[in-house]
Amino acid sequence: MLRYTLTRLLQAIPTLWIVITLSFFLMHLAPGGPFDGERQLPPEIEANLLATYHLDEPVWRQYLIYMGNLLQGDLGPSFKYKDFTVTELVAQGFPVSLELGLWAIGLALLIGLPLGVIAALRRNSTIDYLVMGTALAGVAVPNFVIAPLLALVFGVFLGWLPVGGWNDGAWSNLVLPVVALSIQQIAYIARMMRASMIEILGSHFIRTARAKGLTETEVIWRHALRPAMLPVVSYLGPAIAGIITGSVVIEQIFGIPGIGRYFVQAALNRDYTLVMGTVVFYGALIVLLNLLVDLLYSALDPQIRYDD
Amino acid sequence: MITPRLAAGSLLLAATCLALPVSADTLRLAIMGEPASLDPHKVSGTWENDVVGDLFEGLVTEAADGSRIPGVAESWEVTEDGTTYTFSLREDAAWSDGTPVTADDFVFAFRRILDPATAASYAYLLYPVKNAEAVFNGDAEPGALGIEALDAHTLEITLERSTPYFLDQLAHYTAYPVPRHVVEAHGDDWPSPEHMVSNGAFALQEWRSQTRIEATRNPHFHDAENVALDEVIYFPIEERNTALNRFRAGEIDIAREFPTQQYTWLQENLPEAVQVAPYLGIYYYAFNTRDDRATADPRVREALSLAVRREVITDQILGTGEEPAYGFVPPNVAHYEGAELDFADLSQEERLTRARTLMEEAGYGPDNPLELLLRYNTSEDHRKVAIALAAMWKPLGVEVELYNAEVAVHYADIRQGDFDVARAGWIGDYNDAQNFLSLLEGGVANNYGAYQNDAFDALMDQAAETQDTDARAELMAEAETLALADNATLPLYYYVSRNLVSPALSGWQTNIEDIHRSRWIDFED
Repeated sequence: MLRYTLTRLLQAIPTLWIVITLSFFLMHLAPGGPFDGERQLPPEIEANLLATYHLDEPVWRQYLIYMGNLLQGDLGPSFKYKDFTVTELVAQGFPVSLELGLWAIGLALLIGLPLGVIAALRRNSTIDYLVMGTALAGVAVPNFVIAPLLALVFGVFLGWLPVGGWNDGAWSNLVLPVVALSIQQIAYIARMMRASMIEILGSHFIRTARAKGLTETEVIWRHALRPAMLPVVSYLGPAIAGIITGSVVIEQIFGIPGIGRYFVQAALNRDYTLVMGTVVFYGALIVLLNLLVDLLYSALDPQIRYDD
Repeated sequence: MITPRLAAGSLLLAATCLALPVSADTLRLAIMGEPASLDPHKVSGTWENDVVGDLFEGLVTEAADGSRIPGVAESWEVTEDGTTYTFSLREDAAWSDGTPVTADDFVFAFRRILDPATAASYAYLLYPVKNAEAVFNGDAEPGALGIEALDAHTLEITLERSTPYFLDQLAHYTAYPVPRHVVEAHGDDWPSPEHMVSNGAFALQEWRSQTRIEATRNPHFHDAENVALDEVIYFPIEERNTALNRFRAGEIDIAREFPTQQYTWLQENLPEAVQVAPYLGIYYYAFNTRDDRATADPRVREALSLAVRREVITDQILGTGEEPAYGFVPPNVAHYEGAELDFADLSQEERLTRARTLMEEAGYGPDNPLELLLRYNTSEDHRKVAIALAAMWKPLGVEVELYNAEVAVHYADIRQGDFDVARAGWIGDYNDAQNFLSLLEGGVANNYGAYQNDAFDALMDQAAETQDTDARAELMAEAETLALADNATLPLYYYVSRNLVSPALSGWQTNIEDIHRSRWIDFED
């Protein structure tokens, strides 16, 4: 197991290197630069800015400089947020996105898994149609519609909850963004869990379990649930990576200081170092979470073992 | 472990109503973005100005109505040729740690912003100061800069040449003093809340990135007894709808912008909070006057301009209070009486007839339709306007190809000259007609369409050499008339500023620069 983990971590290095290199050159291929905007700066001012950030060097030199700094753990200064380094921005924003994301994914699992199981057990009943219909609506309605609606109803009309802001993660500020963020996940997870449960319930080992005379509850809890969760678990890897690195929509609408906004803003601002910083961070996180998911597999499914 | 608590939390929530504790003396202000920095030498956005301008004060500062009043300087004298200013600084001007603000802090600040190592993008606003450009380019020693501390409270600034708007500009953040003793002690880290001291009405307490900035009343500020607020909290909110919702929920007192689509709704539902006022900016389209372009022909430009129904754009397409533009310099600019396009008085019918004649003269007709490449930067409003223009030009037989790109790409492309007509806009750096008209001078970087008129340039040069305010204004108006007669650009509308201001506040006054310092704001009892 340990050996497997180490091998996977070593394999991640070339993967990340390719991701970083590709992103670096693609980013520099994009037209427009960090200091292009509505007003053209006088040439000497622009030249000075470019020199300050080594942008006057050939791209391959910039790449070497960047990789050199990266190996020393330096992600560089942000071109846009001048008082901060990229490391500081990520370090400030990530805990916020992480907290929000964990609550959202937790809520999604707490609601989505039981819903899926219930729907599977009561297949083609009213409850099933109700759950699946709602789930379909949940998937279909984008969160940029749900989020302002929630803010309007619970924040403006009812005045129960703050419309926006973070307030250092006070629970009242968390509720609306967490709900808005989890609705789609609930829907996905419920649908996935239902499909998987139905498949498992039709399999031979469940028939065997029933034939042994186990009660239905025992069959479900001891035999069906664990294998049925496998597709959800493999979905969770990328889903968690996506959700804890922040949602640009939710963060904008609720004014949450996470890192999700940087993914979009940095690219639009051509804030090269911040673009790269988010790519490196996100890439590393995906690799890590995929590894965790694979390890979790072996815990859930006895057929999967990573020992040599 | 996490999930059950959350479920319990959401149940609790339904039963609980939240009352946010609000002190009557805390102003909660929504600014339209996260500041890049709070170092006055490193900022460039209006939302940064909102914060930095509360924290710092220049030699001259803004009154509630935006007019200029003495700031750190108590009084000043100007030599007759308008090139040397001698300022007497207040004896009681102090940094928020109690250290006196001296002439030396200004000298230090001016040299710092013009030091290439500071990488200040707005350093060029100080180019009127003698040798400023040379110092920035390394062609002169920092000591050669035209600023000198005659003694601790006397400051002399020498200019390259007389610059009538220079005093106005001294209120801008590029001309703020910075605390030499703190900057030298902490380097680039000095604007952090632990280290920063400032000389304005408020002093920085806390900055939580993307969340809030807190500043409290600076007891060492020279006019502290007249500052009503104890505290100002700035919330960076990029999403305008969020700002509006938070304003409606009573979470903020002032929103520095609101979504334009909500204007009608706001007028009906929150009329006492809506503040819409003329703003120092113009929305226009650049005509590409480079030789190979159809728009190089002034008749084509005039016909295109004639066919545009500006009132339809402002009233029906936007409907957000903008004023149709028939000139290039916004109305209400200080010391200036602008010119107007000569067809402003004609009816739309007459304009179209004239436009058709012009197009025929220029050789375009049904057999030879004019084809135009129209570029605009991505935005819902820009798109609507672009489509409207294409529709309005249709009766002239013009075929328009619309092309949109995100803002950085758009401006990079149109500077290359790859367009016929292109969306552009300009917000004045300072309240002076020169700042707008200089966009049309030959060889200027922001002259996207490469308009070139030697007579125009000559008038602008002459205006720059003219001391007398009225005579200078006349020269610039003459220049504007020339540019309008040439249809150098296609002015569409003048910008407006949009604020939501709680009726519980007093001291808010609309002004053309949309500058509002919190020291003038108070809560009505």
